[in-house]
Amino acid sequence: MDVLFHNVRELVERAEQEEKLISEIMIEQEMLITGRTREEIIQQMDNNLTVMEEAVERGLKGVKSVTGLTGGDAVLLQNYIAQGNSLSGDLLLDAVSKAVATNEVNAAMGTICATPTAGSAGVVPGTLFAVKNKLNPTREQMIRYLFTSGAFGFVVANNASISGAAGGCQAEVGSAAGMAAAAIVEMAGGTPQQCSEAFAITLKNMLGLVCDPVAGLVEVPCVKRNAMGAANSLVAADMALAGVTSRIPCDEVIGAMYRIGQSMSPNLKETARGGLAATPTGKAISKAIFDNGNLESIKSLQK
Amino acid sequence: MKFTSVFDIIGPVMIGPSSSHTAGAARIGRVARDLFGRQPKWAKIHLYGSFAETYKGHGTDVALIGGLLNYDTFDERIKTAFADAEKAGLDYEFIPETANMEHPNTARLVIGDDEGEMSVVGISIGGGKIEVSEVNGFKLRLTGGMPAILVVHDDRAGCIANVANCLAMHAVNIGHMEVSRIERGLTALMVIEIDQNIEDKVLQQISLIPHISKVSKINN
Repeated sequence: MDVLFHNVRELVERAEQEEKLISEIMIEQEMLITGRTREEIIQQMDNNLTVMEEAVERGLKGVKSVTGLTGGDAVLLQNYIAQGNSLSGDLLLDAVSKAVATNEVNAAMGTICATPTAGSAGVVPGTLFAVKNKLNPTREQMIRYLFTSGAFGFVVANNASISGAAGGCQAEVGSAAGMAAAAIVEMAGGTPQQCSEAFAITLKNMLGLVCDPVAGLVEVPCVKRNAMGAANSLVAADMALAGVTSRIPCDEVIGAMYRIGQSMSPNLKETARGGLAATPTGKAISKAIFDNGNLESIKSLQK
Repeated sequence: MKFTSVFDIIGPVMIGPSSSHTAGAARIGRVARDLFGRQPKWAKIHLYGSFAETYKGHGTDVALIGGLLNYDTFDERIKTAFADAEKAGLDYEFIPETANMEHPNTARLVIGDDEGEMSVVGISIGGGKIEVSEVNGFKLRLTGGMPAILVVHDDRAGCIANVANCLAMHAVNIGHMEVSRIERGLTALMVIEIDQNIEDKVLQQISLIPHISKVSKINN
């Protein structure tokens, strides 16, 4: 059975011709491919949304990972926002904080929903629950946000990659940020074409991002990469809604991301052999965790 | 298309920290258990590429064992899988390998008990999605996203038709089918992806067909 869209161009064309939202095309394709009813599909996405809400709530209360390398930054950010002096804006920092919250829960082996992966699971919910306060969406619109994200992620996964081991962090947080940007645009009332522009603008600015987790843990720098992925997607969404377009079409940006990933050294693709993982401190943290099994010595390193 | 559902992208719901290295690993372990047909008593797990380099940090090891204990990606018990394995009488060993595999996240699980053993190669292709690329030396491609049956049989004329007939009698529709063999005239393998979960009595009937030596299934 053939799918309704193979790339972003087909996705946007179909949405425009049928005067439908991108989220609607994604729901229709899911019904077509799986034979499940609309209600079943919406219900499953509703459940995923609940998991995301619970993860953000848990992270905002403060968590710590087993190693102690990550945790607590979401709380710091919320306290800072509450002081009312933020420079980059409350909504943006709220998104950053909630993205961080999700990834801190993930690093603590808590329950999350992969979007598109666990290491990049903060960006889509982080932006959603921040934009929610401004746009006051219905529950249905929040569920649609996830289908719009999913539609773009679907194209990337099939035409490029969403795996850090295969394509670097650009394939994970880069994809997640692009997905979030497109979904923000739809929720804010932008056109399908503007969703595509937002995706392209976001991913263009995350091309080449390597996957270099310290000690192989989904902690450093993954949590902060989600923070910046969320910020990137919000700015790109605003740019697209302002009418800014990408000179390189969305599908070609995705193609570029794929080829960059292929030419990236394996040292920079989730092997913990290069980048930040190979810095003196990165190596010292890894040694403290695996050779000594001594978490206290990591804590002393952090001081 | 490797990814067919929106829930491959927005999902799975899972225990952190990594969709490919934790959730994917749990799924590989679980599919291997399904194919074996019961809980193994021992497991030798060879890890390649990024799996070999980072399995401890990602909880790949506990997730694989959790999968062998039949835990799903969101099962909180993944965290205690090592202790659970000891209670369940499952011995395990992890062997990081240096060989380069086609995909960077590859695991070869050799599992068994007093009755027999099985070798399963699984790859984690991203976002928690997996494929089985080899079973007992047979190359194949199985996503685990659809119910499937695997039939080991003698490489003889009519075997494939007999199995297909048996499925037809039970109104089971075949979605995708692959056949492979190691050497002509010896042992062959059928991989049949089907549209719905299949009852054990159908498997039982297939196993009674001449020249069929083993039937296993993956439910979804």
